[in-house]
Amino acid sequence: MSDRPLSTRHGLGRVLVFVYGLFAVAATARAVVQLATDASLAPVAYTLSLFSGLVYIVATWALATDRRRVAIVTILVELTGVLVIGTLSHPDDLDQASVWSDYGNGYGYVPLVLPLVGLWWLWRLGRQDGNAVS
Amino acid sequence: MARLARMTTLQIVLGTVCLVAAVWLVVLIVLDRLPGDLLYGVLALIEIGLVGQLVLGLVQVAGDHGDLNVAAYVGYLVGSLLVLPVAFLWSVGERTRSGTGVLLAGVLAVAFLFVRLQQLWSSR
Repeated sequence: MSDRPLSTRHGLGRVLVFVYGLFAVAATARAVVQLATDASLAPVAYTLSLFSGLVYIVATWALATDRRRVAIVTILVELTGVLVIGTLSHPDDLDQASVWSDYGNGYGYVPLVLPLVGLWWLWRLGRQDGNAVS
Repeated sequence: MARLARMTTLQIVLGTVCLVAAVWLVVLIVLDRLPGDLLYGVLALIEIGLVGQLVLGLVQVAGDHGDLNVAAYVGYLVGSLLVLPVAFLWSVGERTRSGTGVLLAGVLAVAFLFVRLQQLWSSR
C-alpha cells in the first residue's frame, strides 16, 4: 500500500514480514502434508494446523500492505491460538499437530514470541503516528 | 551408512557456515553497515550446499529409508532452497539494517532446517 516512512513493512516490520512469511509457508505446508498423508489420524488437530497456517498468511499480507486493523486482529487471534493450543497440548501426543503445540516448542518458541513482537511493533507505530499528527 | 554420514557432514559444515554468517550479519547490523560481495558470496555458497543436500536427501529417500515421513522430509529439503533467495530479494528492497536483519532471519531459518531434517531422519 502506501510507502510512507511509518509503514508496517519498513524497519523492523521488514524482518517481521519475512518471519511471518516463513511461518505462513511452514505451517500451511505442514498442515497440507498432514491432511494429505493421514487426515483420519487427527482431523481436528490437523484442521487447526491448517487454520494456524491461514492466520500466518493473513498476518503476512496485512503487515506487508500496511493494513493495521487486520494485522492487529490477526495477530491477536495468533496469540490466542498459541496460548490456548500451547496450554491444551501435551508434548507427547499433540506434538506433531501444529506449530502452536507446546507453545511452539518445536520452533524455538518463535510462535510464542512473534505475536508479542508484532503487537509491540503495531503499538509503537500507532504511537508514532499519533505524535506526528499532534 | 556412508551416505548418512555424508549428509550429516554436509549439514554440520553448512550449519557452521550459517552460524558464522549469522554472527557476521549481527556485527553488520550493530555497526550499521551493509553486507558486501564477500557475504553475498558466502550466502551463495550455502545455497549451492543446499542443492547438494537436496541431491543427497533424494538419494536417501530413494534408498532404504524405513519409516521416514517422506513428504515432510522432501518438503523441508525443497523448502530450504527457497529461504535465502527470498530473503535476499526481500532484503534488497530496503538497504538498511532492517534488510540485513532479513538476511539474518534467513540464515537462522536455514540452520534450523538442518536440525529439523536431522530429527526427521533419526526418528524414522
